[in-house]
Amino acid sequence: MEAPIYWPSVFFFLFAGLACAFALAVVISPNIVRMAFYLVLSLASTAGLFFLAGADFVGAMQIMIYVGGTLVLLVFGVMLTSQDRFISMKTSTFDLGVTGVVGGCFFLLLWYSALSVPGWRGLSIEQATAAESQLQPTATQLGMGLLGVRVDAPDHSGYLLVFEIISVHLLVVLIGAAYLARARRRKTLAVE
Amino acid sequence: MAQFLIDHPFWPFTLFGPWLPYTLAALVQIFFIVNLVAVGALLFIWMERKVSGRIQDRLGPTRVGGKFGWLQTLADGLKLLTKEDLMPEGADEFLFKIAPYVSFCASLAAFMAIPFAGGDYPFVALHLNAAVFFILAVLGLEVFGVILAGYSSASKWSLFGAMREAAQVVSYEVPLGMCAVVPVLLAGSMDLVVIGDRQAGGFWNWYVFHDPGTFVTFWVYFTCATASVNRAPFDLAEAESELVAGFHTEYSGLRWSFFFMAEYGSMLAVSLLASILFLGGWNGPIPIAHMLGLTFQHGLAWGIAGNFLGMINLINKGVVGVTVMMWVRWTLPRLRIDQVITTCLKYCVPIAAASFLFVTWWQYAFPNGLILSQSPEGYSVYEHWHQHAENAPTTPAANTSAQNVKMLSAPVSAEAVN
Repeated sequence: MEAPIYWPSVFFFLFAGLACAFALAVVISPNIVRMAFYLVLSLASTAGLFFLAGADFVGAMQIMIYVGGTLVLLVFGVMLTSQDRFISMKTSTFDLGVTGVVGGCFFLLLWYSALSVPGWRGLSIEQATAAESQLQPTATQLGMGLLGVRVDAPDHSGYLLVFEIISVHLLVVLIGAAYLARARRRKTLAVE
Repeated sequence: MAQFLIDHPFWPFTLFGPWLPYTLAALVQIFFIVNLVAVGALLFIWMERKVSGRIQDRLGPTRVGGKFGWLQTLADGLKLLTKEDLMPEGADEFLFKIAPYVSFCASLAAFMAIPFAGGDYPFVALHLNAAVFFILAVLGLEVFGVILAGYSSASKWSLFGAMREAAQVVSYEVPLGMCAVVPVLLAGSMDLVVIGDRQAGGFWNWYVFHDPGTFVTFWVYFTCATASVNRAPFDLAEAESELVAGFHTEYSGLRWSFFFMAEYGSMLAVSLLASILFLGGWNGPIPIAHMLGLTFQHGLAWGIAGNFLGMINLINKGVVGVTVMMWVRWTLPRLRIDQVITTCLKYCVPIAAASFLFVTWWQYAFPNGLILSQSPEGYSVYEHWHQHAENAPTTPAANTSAQNVKMLSAPVSAEAVN
């Protein structure tokens, strides 16, 4: 009997391949709107990886914030600015060479560091199945952690303060944005 | 369904590996979901014609398919199939062709996480722990299809429509999310199956009647849902009187109809979500299934039968929601873009925030409800959380997750697994 296929691995390679392929397409494509669209697909495939890892909440978060929030604004902005010279952008050979070297170095660094952690090397099928059966739903644990009680830590220390600081920070940003975007033009015109 | 087949191995399935239940469940679920959206669109387009006809004192379609013109949509579909697939000269071909599918996929994907009945074996394709969040996130992706269609058509009308759509959808996601948080707060879970099951036992247990705050929240949710699926009076993206047809001006034939399947699909999706979050989901107004003993306590077959009744309940509620959206469409005039944004930011967001605070206060002041007990087992979220926090380190769940972390971070050996 042939070796059984571990299906999560198959789906992992599928989603990872899609994410990488679309990320490459973002770099290679000459059209700025298509780049934005490929970025959508790449980030959505990353969300697929999160779902595959059993982290529904993080996966949904990825779709909600990056794909549905940030990228809608990005596509919106790109759509309004996509003039002729952005429709077919030409990259010079020098730029290609420099970015290739920088990107290649960064990729090698990531490659090396990902493989140098022993715990990140692959599990056997039995180990992976055992780990899979112990997967817990994450939303409750995340929520408890953000409210200050971590169920998986021995001393229950959570992230309440961090959570509050970030919330207040975001509120300040929102108020600031609303203040800056307020229509004050008429007043300044009157002064002039 | 995969879990059901694994828990109850019938004869032919035991011969194969565990992949068969998963494959079988996936195929059956895909079949049902695609057909729910496609056949649902057929029904809803016919209903839209009939409802609009009646509201305008007309008859609507009467001839096709014998009585009531019930095959009118099929005739329309055939007509659309035979239309020429046109594309404007300056269009971005790739994006123009892919945009309808993006819309349709987003609308279809939301149905993966919607449960149609609860209990031990819920009727749901993908039982997600954060289903509410997932559905809201995925439904928000429909806007991409509209924006891409608007941009790639190389037409001013389309671009205007797409810009309006982007502004509208991004702003309405805020109050929509805030409204959806209220039932999550009451149920103490983002799992739609849990939220639905908590409202069991009669319409007085539905979250819409939980307290005045949830009653207000429900109507705000419905308004925002109507806006987020781009329906009149919020259909600025297609505004036929100003923008010809907005984002789909340049589309024809089957690609055009994909946008409409997506629209009717998401209408049904947000209505089903409203039914589960606020209107008791698969629990009828009177707990008939419970009275007849159709629950999982009496055995598997009884539970499944009860689930079928529940599914009929939920789909009826969803269809009623869609009908109300049609009624609203043919009753109210279209808003201007500044009125749309005002409605969102000056009315929906503050009302949603205030009712969220009110519901929080209500939960604290009357944890077991004011007059009637809110749930059969006298359940209180606050107590549940406390128990969870106190019991957590000693329960097997915490231990296994700790082991999990240990096992994945330590060098892999056979001992770690054992």
